[in-house]
Amino acid sequence: MSLLETHKVTAFYGDFQALYGIDMKVEEGETVAIIGSNGAGKSSFLRTLAGLQAAARDSIRFGGEAIGGLPAHRIVGRGLAMVPEGRRLFPSLSVEENLLVGSYSRRAGPWNLQRLYALFPILGERRHNPGTALSGGQQQMVAIGRALMSNPRLLLCDEISLGLAPVVIKDIYAALPGIKAEGTSVLVVEQDVGQAMKVADRLYCFQEGRVSLAGRPAELTREQISSAYFGV
Amino acid sequence: MTISAPTVERSTRASLAGSVVGLAVLAAIIAAPWWAERASQRLLIEFLYTLALAQMWNLLAGYGGLLSVGQQGFVGLGGYCLVVLGLQMGLNPFLIVPLAGVVTAIVAVPTGALLFRLRGAYFAVSTWVVAEVLRLLVANTASVGGGSGTSITQTVRGIPAWWRESTTLWIALALGAGATLAVYFLLRSRHGLALTAVRDSEAAAESLGVSVDRVKWYVYLASAAGCGMAGALIFITKLRIAPEAAFSLDWTATMFFIVIIGGIGTIEGPIVGALIYFVLRELLSDYGSGYMIVLGGVAVVFMLWIPRGVWGLISSRLDLHFFPVQRRVRNLDDKEMRS
Repeated sequence: MSLLETHKVTAFYGDFQALYGIDMKVEEGETVAIIGSNGAGKSSFLRTLAGLQAAARDSIRFGGEAIGGLPAHRIVGRGLAMVPEGRRLFPSLSVEENLLVGSYSRRAGPWNLQRLYALFPILGERRHNPGTALSGGQQQMVAIGRALMSNPRLLLCDEISLGLAPVVIKDIYAALPGIKAEGTSVLVVEQDVGQAMKVADRLYCFQEGRVSLAGRPAELTREQISSAYFGV
Repeated sequence: MTISAPTVERSTRASLAGSVVGLAVLAAIIAAPWWAERASQRLLIEFLYTLALAQMWNLLAGYGGLLSVGQQGFVGLGGYCLVVLGLQMGLNPFLIVPLAGVVTAIVAVPTGALLFRLRGAYFAVSTWVVAEVLRLLVANTASVGGGSGTSITQTVRGIPAWWRESTTLWIALALGAGATLAVYFLLRSRHGLALTAVRDSEAAAESLGVSVDRVKWYVYLASAAGCGMAGALIFITKLRIAPEAAFSLDWTATMFFIVIIGGIGTIEGPIVGALIYFVLRELLSDYGSGYMIVLGGVAVVFMLWIPRGVWGLISSRLDLHFFPVQRRVRNLDDKEMRS
């Protein structure tokens, strides 16, 4: 049984259909990347998984349980947490308090403040600073850490490299193996194909709300990816 | 190597000093019937229930982000509990105070269900509408005195004056101090952190496992109950109730004024704000309507130039926290963390 399995997931914004039946899987312990151009439906898909978009109950199975369309806070309680696009730190809270909000659902697991500060030492040094006083990369670490504090079985990362300098992106992605080592599976949405190929065990490419390609990075050719990505 | 478990501390030196001073003040107020004159006792009572109201509005708007201009609805309802439960059913008026909290919280369930469908300005306007509806319902109910109201002196008949005034003071103290402490302990709990997170970003809080709706409900019901209890106490001191006075927008305006000048979203803010409000009121009491203009002017000045209020200014300059709700982690040595 896969950790996450979706069957014909659709998403609508009013009359506009963003997703046309997405089927995909994430196995326990895997890192999976979703690539695709702007507007391909990647973020809509993650938002749907996280319960921020409506979905049919049976279209999303997580740990064997149908969770489609459950309220977001329930989904977190079942072990699926999202790092939202644009980080969205809480401006009135310190770094540490931001992280502590993540543990609100009180799921048991390997992640706590100490483990997180070992993963991102800079956050330990800055723990009393307001979250928003940090650099973009550090804020992204807080956003990731905050989601990890809920001890998810699967971590959803929405465009975590967006708007960050390449050297900072490298730092952030360097943390992924550490997250994996704790047994947390990861699903990343990424526009940077190179970065996605490096970290992912498997890859899905979205195009106009459909899966246009799926496979292991090593088995996919540049031409296949480019045609699936751009649709040409 | 072994790492000693990090402990979370939230007390500060100021908070310890504050507890000592706070306890002394509490003791002095409890003993007030033996040392204070009647007039100062009355002022003290008014100060304490006003503080309770301000804390409730601060919890709602400052922490919950629910900008209500309809809390007078619950104040009035609490007051009218005296009429129904006291005048008509013969219960002891002081027993009615906690019951009024229960009654208003129950009434807040359907009004909340309606209001939570709305956001921002629509929510604010609708809270006022709900309060007006409650006022009209009461004003059109002949059995509770209708539009012209009724005297509730009968409810306190038989209670000796000294006992009546002292008990009123002690209950006012329980409400004022209780509201302050309740907000303090709520914010120190994990629910308090969740509440602040919800105020900052509902979507982000929800996607971290916080049930935004449930947090808002708690705050709304708690605030309704607090205002209801204060309302019952207020009309025990006034002994006459009419819809115009009980459901007056002035109650919420006063809460608003106190919280804005004191410092919204801080626990100390309403205390400081209430002190300033009472000082201004005593100073300006001879100037009639000029007093309202000054109060309004002060509120506008604060909103424009000192949005964090007097306490916001003080605490940021002096790093002073009498009610520290921020967590401070000890024993998390950075070097140990890296090894």
